[in-house]
Amino acid sequence: MTKTPTPARDAPIAGTHIFDGDAAACGLELNAMCYSFNDGANRAAFLADEDAYCARFALSAAQREAVASRNVLAMIAAGGNIYYLAKLAGIFGLSVQDVGAQQTGMSVDAFKAMLLDQAGQIKSREAQHG
Amino acid sequence: MAEIIGGYFTSHVPAIGGAIHKGLKADPYWKPFFDGYPPVHEWLAKARPDVAVVFYNDHGLNFFLDKMPTFAVGAARRYDNADEGWGLPLFKSFEGHVPLSWHIIEQLVDDEFDITTCQKMLVDHALSIPFELAYPDASVWPVKLVPIAINTVQHPLPSAKRCLALGRAVNKALASWGGNERIVVIGTGGLSHQLDGERAGFINAEYDSFCLDNLAGDPDALTHDSVHEIVRLAGTQGVEVLNWIAARGALGLGAAREIHRNYHIPISNTAAATLLLEPA
Repeated sequence: MTKTPTPARDAPIAGTHIFDGDAAACGLELNAMCYSFNDGANRAAFLADEDAYCARFALSAAQREAVASRNVLAMIAAGGNIYYLAKLAGIFGLSVQDVGAQQTGMSVDAFKAMLLDQAGQIKSREAQHG
Repeated sequence: MAEIIGGYFTSHVPAIGGAIHKGLKADPYWKPFFDGYPPVHEWLAKARPDVAVVFYNDHGLNFFLDKMPTFAVGAARRYDNADEGWGLPLFKSFEGHVPLSWHIIEQLVDDEFDITTCQKMLVDHALSIPFELAYPDASVWPVKLVPIAINTVQHPLPSAKRCLALGRAVNKALASWGGNERIVVIGTGGLSHQLDGERAGFINAEYDSFCLDNLAGDPDALTHDSVHEIVRLAGTQGVEVLNWIAARGALGLGAAREIHRNYHIPISNTAAATLLLEPA
């Protein structure tokens, strides 16, 4: 898929994937499948026969591989939007901390500790600004 | 004449709903967050709003990406929650305020906002959780609802400047409404957080403070950053601050006074905030 030229002011943000038109176009089938998981019967159908369920939504090879390997960054690279991917993650009982840990290459405990440690930002601001 | 009693701003992280259902408000992880709400309860008990105009973003319940409105105004008789994919207990339904919805729609289109109107609209956790937090003991919601959904999901998103202008146009509509309702304006979401990518877990207390410090007195200060810059500063999902900016606009051009603020890191992956403003 051709990437639309990015205006100069939109310099890339490290570790950040903007869900724009290119991503939305690329990810439509994957996101449509995830959207279907709003229905419990569809979640059950996915769990009962994942291959057949993915085939119904005509996932691309990259999307199917990303889902099969439960690889969130690969799903995002294949156009997945995190709000929709969260519905898929829920089927496996995964929280946004589990998903965050996987994407950052941390253990879940380390990722949760990192979030808790960010409370230090408040203290250091108070120390700076009184 | 209708009166705008003020603005209530809050994070809407799905896990908050889980904590409420599991009775975890006093749990050490959750307490600093839930401690931000008794002042909200007291304020609402005193101000007694009977209508809520709520700016929020849908997370793939009512809108799929096949049709994604930039601004959508509800004009339904009733708004239901539904399964968002996790099979959680459903949130209570809302009664709509159909005539006020259409009055707002008329004003917005008059002001050249090309909005989408929804006579059927499911509302997700982003709309429901703020009410669960505000009215923990309610068996039915004591307010009628006008929901306004802003696209914070699929870029391009509306600019902060445009969201503030949208809110200000809603304020014009509320000011010219002939009823005698007491109206609370609500903005939901944020503050800084990022769920996706290698930067997942990003939080920025400095930028959140900038937003909280300026929302009352100088909301235009929040409109100088492009959406891309807001993503850089607040995280990919921190752009939900657009809902807060729009809601601040709906309080009007005049000054606003901060009544209450709570800020806590983290709730789930998010810097959670609660804010009450009154027209000065």
